[in-house]
Amino acid sequence: MEDRRLRIARSSIVNFQSSRETMHWRRVIITLAIILPLIGLLAYGFSRDPRYINTPLIGRQAPPFTLTLFDGKKISLDDLRGKAVFLNFWASWCPPCRAEARDLEVAWQQLKDTDAVFLGIDIQDTEKDALAFIREFNVTYPNGRDAAGKIAVDYGVWGIPESFFIDPQGRITYKHVGGIGSQIVTAKLEEAGRGVVTAKEGKGTYQSIR
Amino acid sequence: MTATIGYSSVLVALLLALWGIIAPIIGSRTGRERFFASTRAAILGQFLLVTLASSSLIYALVTTDFSIKYVAFNTTRATPIYYRVTGLWGALEGSLLLWEWILIIFSGLVAWIYKDRHRELMPWVLMILSTVSAFFLAVIAFASNPFESVFPVPLDGRGLNPLLEDANMITHPPLLYAGFVGLTVPYAFAMAALIIGKLDEAWIVTTRRWTLTAWFFLTMGNLVGAWWSYHVLGWGGYWAWDPVENAAFMPWLPATAFLHSVQVQERRRMLKVWNLSLIIIAFSLTIFGTFLTRSGILSSIHAFSSGPVGTVFLAFLSFVLLGSFGLLAYRADHLKGQPELDSMVSRESAFLLNNVVLVSALFTIFLGTIFPLISEAVVGVQVSVGAPYFNSVTVPLFLLLVFLMGVGPMIAWRMASWDNLKRNFLWPAVASLLCALVLFVWKIRDFLPLLGFTLLAFVVFSILFDTALAVRARHRLAGEGIFSALATLARRNQRRYGGLIVHLGIVLIVLGIAGSMGYSVEREATLQLGEALTVGRYHVQFEGLRGSQQPTHYRVEAAFRVFNQGHELGVLSPALKFFPNQQSPVGRAVFRSTLAEDIYLILSGFSELQQNRATLKVLLRPLLAWLWFGGLVIVFGTIVAIWPFRQKGRGWRMEDGG
Repeated sequence: MEDRRLRIARSSIVNFQSSRETMHWRRVIITLAIILPLIGLLAYGFSRDPRYINTPLIGRQAPPFTLTLFDGKKISLDDLRGKAVFLNFWASWCPPCRAEARDLEVAWQQLKDTDAVFLGIDIQDTEKDALAFIREFNVTYPNGRDAAGKIAVDYGVWGIPESFFIDPQGRITYKHVGGIGSQIVTAKLEEAGRGVVTAKEGKGTYQSIR
Repeated sequence: MTATIGYSSVLVALLLALWGIIAPIIGSRTGRERFFASTRAAILGQFLLVTLASSSLIYALVTTDFSIKYVAFNTTRATPIYYRVTGLWGALEGSLLLWEWILIIFSGLVAWIYKDRHRELMPWVLMILSTVSAFFLAVIAFASNPFESVFPVPLDGRGLNPLLEDANMITHPPLLYAGFVGLTVPYAFAMAALIIGKLDEAWIVTTRRWTLTAWFFLTMGNLVGAWWSYHVLGWGGYWAWDPVENAAFMPWLPATAFLHSVQVQERRRMLKVWNLSLIIIAFSLTIFGTFLTRSGILSSIHAFSSGPVGTVFLAFLSFVLLGSFGLLAYRADHLKGQPELDSMVSRESAFLLNNVVLVSALFTIFLGTIFPLISEAVVGVQVSVGAPYFNSVTVPLFLLLVFLMGVGPMIAWRMASWDNLKRNFLWPAVASLLCALVLFVWKIRDFLPLLGFTLLAFVVFSILFDTALAVRARHRLAGEGIFSALATLARRNQRRYGGLIVHLGIVLIVLGIAGSMGYSVEREATLQLGEALTVGRYHVQFEGLRGSQQPTHYRVEAAFRVFNQGHELGVLSPALKFFPNQQSPVGRAVFRSTLAEDIYLILSGFSELQQNRATLKVLLRPLLAWLWFGGLVIVFGTIVAIWPFRQKGRGWRMEDGG
């Protein structure tokens, strides 16, 4: 009789201990369940640039502008209707712009006899530095300076180089932030010619504008 | 040479900090007292070495030793000497060193003051302090070294950000850091209590003054930051709910909650787990704040230099959170057996509600701050959360808090009787309702401001009424006059009356915020020479532009003669400053302040100098001066609360009973 009682008491102690044990684990798991996702979220923050803003412009009409080229001629976006346009924002002080400059010229040499148009827009720069840049990289496609920064604002440029592709109807089909290679330029210009829109923008090395 | 001395001091201090972590563990394993004593020596050694390192950096800054990169980036030969010294916290590397310096000063004080007390607790307190110190020293030594050299040595330095060359920048960062660092002390005591499993109220009683001091520095740091923003940044506001501002404000909320809820634990032995959690959260938020401002994961109008320290801070933050809450979860069994609330109408429940409100405010602000991250991580949509969200969510919470500020200090512990309620609150309630009626008849008709002003009046009346009753009692009892009775009361019960004065300061701050948020007026116009703009009672007349070359920048000033109902206030000249190495100009706003309202002038644009046309923005901010005045009242209240009055035969009271 005594023995049975003792056994019951003992087993209930064991039960009690194991329930305390599970309480323990439950608390630890709850703690982890709150803290780990939070840390994960903060760590995720490193993978993005808070100043990086997805453009709402893709698929819309490209904002019109008139640009005075370095040789004094004026060019307006409306004049380029019917052609696929590659628009590239750059500055002489931006290392990724220097890195892509030769590639862009290579692409231009391949495409200059087709219906495609290349247009470089220099922003936040002095004329002297910009001309030196063009000479250094032997750039032959038309370039001009957006002295007031108005075109850059219309296109929401925030990191350069930034490139836009515009189809013959004047619609933006693709945007690429950062350095871009000649293959992408060729491929995306070909798509722009057919009016194919890529909603997701591309990304390369870029530099936030000043 | 200076750099070598500084850097090697940091390295040796790091070794001492590591020893400070290991020694208590060896000591408790082997039971040898010597190891505990060496922990204290390690802290004091770190104190000397970090002081030496900081002094070397200050020396290098003052003597413009441009062979050190940090000096070259943050001073010039033209920088006046006081801004050379404040260059210590002008950028990331130096401010981390300042942080560590304040931390080790506080740790040294702890080690010295409690030399012969808390024998069980102290080794672990010092171990936690050493751990935090080791982290900062490691960051300084390996991730963001202020003593890094630069070659070739530049002829002149680059100088501070011009916005930081302001008197308030001398005080704002050290105050904020002192607040952040101060929270480390109660945190270290709490963790030590958890480690040894001795979870009575000792750690709370011991750290009360530390917590209050940290709270005070946090409050002042935020207020001076707001004042700087209003005074220098020239946008007419003082708070923008920017992530960086939130980061500085968030630790204030759990710290405030903690100050109140510890009283419940001291008195009723309730809320043990809650108090531990609050102090862990408050401390973690100070680390989180630095992580947020220095990692660049959220976009902010405050341009901070962000280095590689973001990841390191995140790692330390996870270590702190997992370690502390893990330990808390492990020890939670020891924290059981708390008495229940006796009544919903009691001081305990008022404090509890105050805590719930403060923590809810913390949660909503935290959520709003990191929401851009959540949104992008979960649904891939970029959003930004601005002032409208924060205002609409926090204003009701803060109003409730104001109400509790009137109720909490007066209501009885355990269970308030009907009689107690009637005695303490009948007249204040009647008086504040009369106040509301007067305001309503006068011109305040909107619900929220009316409610806000009524609640503020209620707090003031309840404090005055309660104090008046106490003064009358002393007058009858001891025959003292009003002022000596007040002095006796305050000295006998420092905490209570200091706290009530701080509450009055908070009332003034809320008054300033409510007035300037609810009733500000903004007008903008482009004026020709001689033209005038009328805003409210003010008449602002444009008297011409003037350009001048200053030592560091070119300045365009516009002169405006300001009249208040025909009475001339003089000429105010807001300006735009053009610094050679900055793209956009820096505005210099000017304002005139009265108790009723501020008039604030911003030059937002101008024509060619000859044409004499200026675009002017005029802001009227009612009651704003009270915000700053409230800050002064808080200074006074805190002094009343913590000043170690000499008691006869007891020496300095470092730990008062309650």
